[in-house]
Amino acid sequence: MSEPIIALDNITVSFKQKKRTITAVNNVSVHIERGDVYGIVGYSGAGKSTLVRVINLLQEPTSGSVVVNGTTFFKHDANTNDKIRIKNNDLRLRRQKIGMIFQHFNLLNERTVTENVAFALEHSKLSSKEKAQKVADLLALVDLSDRADNYPSQLSGGQKQRVAIARALANDPEILISDEATSALDPKTTNQILALLKSLNQKLGLTVVLITHEMQAVKEIANKVAVMQDGEIIERGSLLEIFAQPKEQLTREFIETATNIDKAIETVGHQPIVHNLAENAVFVRLSYVGKTTDQPLITRLFRDFNVTANILYGNIEVLQGTPVGSLLVILQGTPQAITNAIAALNDNEVDVEKIKGGQSL
Amino acid sequence: MSTWFEQNFPNVVYQGWSGDTGWWTAITQTIYMTFWSALFGGLLGLIFGLGLVITSPSGIAPNKTLFWIFDKVVSLFRAIPFIILLAFIAPFTKLIVGTQIGTTASLVPLSLGVFPFYARQVQVALTEVNAGIVEAAQSIGASFWDIVFGVYLREGRSELIRVSTVTLISLIGLTAMAGAIGAGGLGNMAIAYGYNRYATDTTVLATLLVLILVLAVQIIGDVLARRLSHK
Repeated sequence: MSEPIIALDNITVSFKQKKRTITAVNNVSVHIERGDVYGIVGYSGAGKSTLVRVINLLQEPTSGSVVVNGTTFFKHDANTNDKIRIKNNDLRLRRQKIGMIFQHFNLLNERTVTENVAFALEHSKLSSKEKAQKVADLLALVDLSDRADNYPSQLSGGQKQRVAIARALANDPEILISDEATSALDPKTTNQILALLKSLNQKLGLTVVLITHEMQAVKEIANKVAVMQDGEIIERGSLLEIFAQPKEQLTREFIETATNIDKAIETVGHQPIVHNLAENAVFVRLSYVGKTTDQPLITRLFRDFNVTANILYGNIEVLQGTPVGSLLVILQGTPQAITNAIAALNDNEVDVEKIKGGQSL
Repeated sequence: MSTWFEQNFPNVVYQGWSGDTGWWTAITQTIYMTFWSALFGGLLGLIFGLGLVITSPSGIAPNKTLFWIFDKVVSLFRAIPFIILLAFIAPFTKLIVGTQIGTTASLVPLSLGVFPFYARQVQVALTEVNAGIVEAAQSIGASFWDIVFGVYLREGRSELIRVSTVTLISLIGLTAMAGAIGAGGLGNMAIAYGYNRYATDTTVLATLLVLILVLAVQIIGDVLARRLSHK
């Protein structure tokens, strides 16, 4: 494994409040590889914002070590009390290589779009002519050339976020941290911004750290996911692993918000066919990943086991090129036949979860 | 016309235009006091206001000791009634300008009287600059001074002009009291030559002139603040 571009080890961040100490991040380690789009998901208050702020030391951890691109930013061992912290001037230079975008855009209101982007180049060694060219290029990249002389108040939310992205990219960063950057945007604009981030990741090899409470956003562009709760990472893995085999309850909840399967179960559950489920029937959810989808499984159930499958709802996502599906199905047949059918499905790596009926199985 | 004026405003005419107690002299004294103490007091207030924001726990360079000093100095000077301050710091005034009476001598207490007020106003104005913008600036590697000048002062510009207008108007009010140490001005005209001598016409005209001055400051301030805001 190559050296990670971001290595956070045993990070703890706690805040002292009058008499009690609040631990926002509790002994978390994350390694992010170059070129990753790393999604960190969690509800608000889970500590994800605090955790990513540690990367560029906007938030200094209480203990742990922060190494970005081989440079130690911070290291504090709670046991030995040894502390290393990068010098402020060095940190400023390093920060230029770590772009960051925010939920509320945080543009300079009293500067035009051009001036906002140029503000990031104040310490650049480029000549003023080169800077102007660079700003123009960046605005072209985010498709805002025609808005160069507007003030932020004259732009829509999506446009503001694109200005923020151009500003974050001004010093050719290797890392882009997105702190709930799409949470204040409508779904269509969200998708545009996510598509832009994805293309930056592919075109420039930019490593993206994406924190969000919207699983939808992660699903669109991340290749790795970590789920945070109460200051800890409770589950992590590739996008596919997380989506296909979520282990924790919270992870499932998040995935369900992205796939709408929970809503579907509720809606379908009210249909007479499920509500008054026949005695020899069972209402199940079939989940599968990858190549299984290429086989005519449902047809086989009838042919081989004499079990009918009535599909009430289906959802298939293609994540990183791999299909991930969920079907809500009523299986009907003799108890033995259904048991055999379920065993056959399991053999084909289809996960079967009984939702209603089938007590006798 | 001029006879009518002489008949109805005898004391105004008696004061004359230029001489030591003349109207023009009083006007220039008030403007002189306002201008210079606004400059010195304003600068001092801006430094203290910035200091309060920067060193506060949520500032870009939190420092408990410095914050405590800024905070207490400002509170202390704000607590002293101006008319007492005039007398109280007389020895210090003498040390700086060589005399403790007169128009120039009044600049010291005026500056010291107005700076804590302005410092608080600046503090409020700059606290309104969105913390997220400051954080965004830090995240792109902006330096301390980039943030002070490029973010705080630039983003708070319009609000600073608004509070400066308020401060300037209250400063004009303070100059009226400076007559107590022989600084002259329109306030002194209204009290010493108007009220004390039962010369109501003088009081009325002096008041009118102060009003015009205040109004001019207010209008210019409002226009500037509006022009410079892009929020």
